[in-house]
Amino acid sequence: MNSQVSLHDEPRTYIGKRQSRVEDEALLRGLGRYADDLAIPPGTLHAAVVRSPHAHARITRLVVDEALKRPGVRGVLTGEDVKLWASPFPVGVRQSMEHWCLAVDKVRHVGEPVAVVIAEDRYLAEDALEAVEVDYELLTPVVDPEAAADDEAPTLHEDVASNVVNDRHFRYGEPDTAFETAQRTLSLKVRYPRNACTPIECYVVVGQYDPAEGGYDVMANFQGPYALHSVMSRALQVPANRLRLRTPPDSGGSFGIKQGAFPYVVMMALAARKVGAPVKWVEDRLEHLQAASSATNRVTTIEAAFDDQGQVSALRFDQLDDCGAYLRAPEPATTYRMHGNLTGAYAIRHLEVRNRIVLTNKTPTGLNRGFGGPQVYFALERLMQRIAVELEIDPLDVIRRNLVPSDAFPYRCAAGALLDSGDYQRGIELGIEQGGLDELLARRDAARREGRRYGIGYTVAVEPSISNMGYITMAQTPEERRRAGLKNGAVSTATVSVDPMGGVSVHVSSTPQGQGHRTVAAQVVADVLGVSLESIRVDVELDTGKDAWSIASGNYSSRFAGAVAGAVHKAALKIHSRLVSIATQQWKVSAEDILFSEGRVYTQDGAHSISFHRLAGATHWAPGTLPESETGGLRETAFWTPAELTAPDEDERINSSLCYGFIFDYCGVAIDALTGRVEIDRYVTLHDAGRMLNPQLVDGQVRGAFAQAVGAALYEAFHYGPDGSFFSGTLADYLIPTTMEVPDPRILHMETPSPFTPLGAKGVGEGNNMSTPVCIANAVADALGDTVEPGDIELPLTPSKVRTLMGIEEPPRPEGVGEDSTETTAGGGSTLAASDDVEIPASPQRVFDSILDPDTLQAMIPGCHSLELTGENAYRADVTVGVGMIRARFDARVELTDLDPPRSLRLSGAGRSGMGDAEGAARIHLTEIEGGHTRLDYDYEVTIGGKIASVGGRMLSSASKMLIGQIFSRLSHQMSGAKVKRSLWQRIKHRLIDRGGDA
Amino acid sequence: MKPAAFDYYRPRTRREAIEVLIEVGEDARIVAGGQSLMAVLNMRLSQPRALVDIAAIDELRYIERRDGYLAIGAATTQAELLEYDFLADDVPLLAESLPWVGHFQTRNRGTVCGSIAHADPSAELPLCLATLGGEVVLETRRGRTRRIAGGDFFQGILTTERRPDELITEVRFPLKQEHHIYRFQEVAMRHGDFAIVALAADIGEREIQFGVGGVADRPIVRCLSRDDDLAEALNVLAWSLDAQNDAHASAAYRRHLVREMGRRLLAGETTEEEAADVYPSR
Repeated sequence: MNSQVSLHDEPRTYIGKRQSRVEDEALLRGLGRYADDLAIPPGTLHAAVVRSPHAHARITRLVVDEALKRPGVRGVLTGEDVKLWASPFPVGVRQSMEHWCLAVDKVRHVGEPVAVVIAEDRYLAEDALEAVEVDYELLTPVVDPEAAADDEAPTLHEDVASNVVNDRHFRYGEPDTAFETAQRTLSLKVRYPRNACTPIECYVVVGQYDPAEGGYDVMANFQGPYALHSVMSRALQVPANRLRLRTPPDSGGSFGIKQGAFPYVVMMALAARKVGAPVKWVEDRLEHLQAASSATNRVTTIEAAFDDQGQVSALRFDQLDDCGAYLRAPEPATTYRMHGNLTGAYAIRHLEVRNRIVLTNKTPTGLNRGFGGPQVYFALERLMQRIAVELEIDPLDVIRRNLVPSDAFPYRCAAGALLDSGDYQRGIELGIEQGGLDELLARRDAARREGRRYGIGYTVAVEPSISNMGYITMAQTPEERRRAGLKNGAVSTATVSVDPMGGVSVHVSSTPQGQGHRTVAAQVVADVLGVSLESIRVDVELDTGKDAWSIASGNYSSRFAGAVAGAVHKAALKIHSRLVSIATQQWKVSAEDILFSEGRVYTQDGAHSISFHRLAGATHWAPGTLPESETGGLRETAFWTPAELTAPDEDERINSSLCYGFIFDYCGVAIDALTGRVEIDRYVTLHDAGRMLNPQLVDGQVRGAFAQAVGAALYEAFHYGPDGSFFSGTLADYLIPTTMEVPDPRILHMETPSPFTPLGAKGVGEGNNMSTPVCIANAVADALGDTVEPGDIELPLTPSKVRTLMGIEEPPRPEGVGEDSTETTAGGGSTLAASDDVEIPASPQRVFDSILDPDTLQAMIPGCHSLELTGENAYRADVTVGVGMIRARFDARVELTDLDPPRSLRLSGAGRSGMGDAEGAARIHLTEIEGGHTRLDYDYEVTIGGKIASVGGRMLSSASKMLIGQIFSRLSHQMSGAKVKRSLWQRIKHRLIDRGGDA
Repeated sequence: MKPAAFDYYRPRTRREAIEVLIEVGEDARIVAGGQSLMAVLNMRLSQPRALVDIAAIDELRYIERRDGYLAIGAATTQAELLEYDFLADDVPLLAESLPWVGHFQTRNRGTVCGSIAHADPSAELPLCLATLGGEVVLETRRGRTRRIAGGDFFQGILTTERRPDELITEVRFPLKQEHHIYRFQEVAMRHGDFAIVALAADIGEREIQFGVGGVADRPIVRCLSRDDDLAEALNVLAWSLDAQNDAHASAAYRRHLVREMGRRLLAGETTEEEAADVYPSR
């Protein structure tokens, strides 16, 4: 094993050591060069994006004339331009559905780009956004994935018969027989929510168009995979060498999500073409949360066949993946990234899988740290916990009985993964011992004796890294794959060069997003060439016009340590061997005698010695003195792809990744009896990521992934209303844990080097995103016990959700207290319904007539500047609506219908404004009461969409209630004059608002 | 996320500030710490014609113990109040609740009066003001002032009794009363988040002023008698608040917290979470 590593057993001064990051000093001193900081060409214009407030609608009219007249506006890019200059993005499945960088006919999710306003600065561009007139014809939204998969559901894409755009079955071994003959079976249905790994820095794109060459030059903080470069160049209708894509030196984080920047690369390239100037766009937080990307939400039904000891013989997965409104490349990769290793860390030989990809009116999904892993392990490890509960045995025993045996590596899994190395049994024992499981069990006993809810959860997982570019083709049938040409591999590239003064430069095409690639690349090269770490400069910018790159370039699938650092090693070895050959010829010694260390090249016996810079410099200054084989100059690029990453075979087996690390996690959680809050008492996480190149960075990766996993487990979810409204538009709605909420995990390590990577390293960046959410869920399940339906353990496990699972025993509502039917729909509800009543000192007939009177109607509507009759009892109104500091001017239609004088009528309205759309109707009933007065009962329903729903969710219901209430109290006021008790100020205020037309 | 254009005024005296308010009218917004307003401006949910920044008005930056109350000027930040040496003696409820207000970074800019003026239904300071029966002092032209009781000041979500030509110059919190006990408790998703439920209590020898934030459209205060059946009273209160479901918590959960957290707060029981803090280290 590891012959590749021992071949050059160079002295390791740096590799394997805890080395602080060379990146950090600049970043900590504020000297980082992020995308938004970089100088832009003179004359660069700025873009703002018009976005759909609706989840599903047809664009019936789009007029930009008014926007073009606004100060500083230089152009507006629309779907018409896009149709002229671009193509839809290629899609990974054979379906006739189109995804363009701007909506061309329909919008299919809230926040979908509809037009781009380009102006002299971002302020002016945003000023003009609301001047772009867009009319929509609303279509029925499809939000829930199971409902969307129904044959009767409305389809998002007309030319596609069903929202299920891909449906594949796989069978490995003999699952049917295994299930038929099993002593026991158990099935579990679980849902994994939508969430995302949210970086501080959002997308930044600067697009340029060169009419001379007909090419585009775009700087973007895109992170790969560079297979998407071809998707972008095809959308732009240029050969790949006419799309120069460049990345900035530093990143404010990505965690996968900056893959989703690619549609904006195309959009801003076209925007630049539209205005004949460079165009810069910086995504803001609302845009990011609403419409950038997200992890795929999944509904899984998983079933196991097992015996009375908990030995599992077969698994069945039925996975329904919700990829949002468009299947955006590389999706459906989320579904297939884990395919080869769906059986986890277990030796389960029989497997049946059904994967369906469904489209819904939500933001398209894409890369997010863990990619596919959290979804798979949530189902698999919850099921293993359920098996233990069912058999009343220790969950650890169920795990142990099913692990891949230590002597079986490399181990071929049922679905094709080739587990490269490991010793899972030893990992479990190490974790138990060093993590203090006995103590944790004692803590659980003690807590339970005190009547506290305390649970322990376990997870084992294999963490795949270095994706096989061929796994994505699993969405195709074998026949389709053959026709399209087989795909496989994972080419990584690195370049090492030595300049005339002996300075070493390294370039990698890994577009790091904060992981410390510069540090590790320098460690690798420093060890090979025997120079100091500080003397090496590592360049991580990627310029597709100048640098070595390939489709697998980029930052994803935890591929750096295993693949890219390996390519760096290969490139450094090429330099090394050239210098060795020069030295051997000059000194007439054999290659084995030559050593590189501390900036010198010398022979072991001390007879010869030369400084590194003089030896290397000779390739530039005096190539004529060198052996004939020397061409001069010193720059070497290495491409490396592992042989093990083959294309899917005829039996549909796929080695979906090159390396598989091992994780064993367990944790203890306490649940607060009053609040339902989950407190992580201790979290232990053991990792075997092969050889650790820099243990400090490995720990950093584990901590970061763990923090995001705590978010996924307890806090984070994108919330959508039943109409597809989006409710998580600010970081006060989408809750990311802070250092206050993330405990420090106990991190344990073991090392079984990978035989397949040049340095024996495996990826480690995503493991806890996969293992931790389910581990916490298993602990919560253990704490809550049998009273809870297993499928109800759903992430995020918020206090409200957990406390509800514990059972809230509510005393009944006392007579006459509170209101009926005023609770809005769960999730904040964009559709709000409620009822109320008001007494008016006038007869029903008078009240009825007054409402039909335009003057009274205008006076009734708060903030109504003008009311213009457009038909019988139909008006167009100019209204300023708001509560407190929040207000917007609406262009509204108001209508009175269902007239039944003097008993009832319907008041309805719809309006749009810069902050969103609102639509509502109130059913009004008039009843005569004592003294000839009227009781006016009303029940209403209001739907609110767009920006205000995304950022104001928690206030919508109270605000609507107040505004609707105002309508009828103002009517009452109109009818009774001063008789209604009001403060002096309220009267003044109403007068002010009434005459507010000059606002 | 760039605000629409506005005129910016930075007066040095309250008189200057009020003059601008009168001149611009309802289209002017007062900004102090900007911790709520700036976000709203950036999202263009508000497009005022003018911002009147009162942060530089030195005469509004004070904390003064006067006859029976603690007066806090409109330019005083939450951090300054938290650092006031006698806070736990003078207004213990504020000492209890202020650490729940946002985070120390936001408290460094956010003002006490700004939070009152904003009237977020889940905010802690309006809840304390209403529970303690404090007052808001407003000033308009020619130095005319009026004082409004905390309970009356909040009129609904983000809505108060302040008129467009008025400046809140100070808020007044009654000083600690002899033999009274003050307690505050809150549940939020994360520390510093908007309260799902916040409870404040001023427990006197016979009566309890019991305030609830985060549930209704404004802080709601009920006077409970210590002779009452508190469980029954809390249930009535819980149901009277018209609790709503939102993305983070259900209406039933909110009612549960009003009842159960309320009961424990009044009984002085520590919660498990508080108890967990004294557990041996993990």
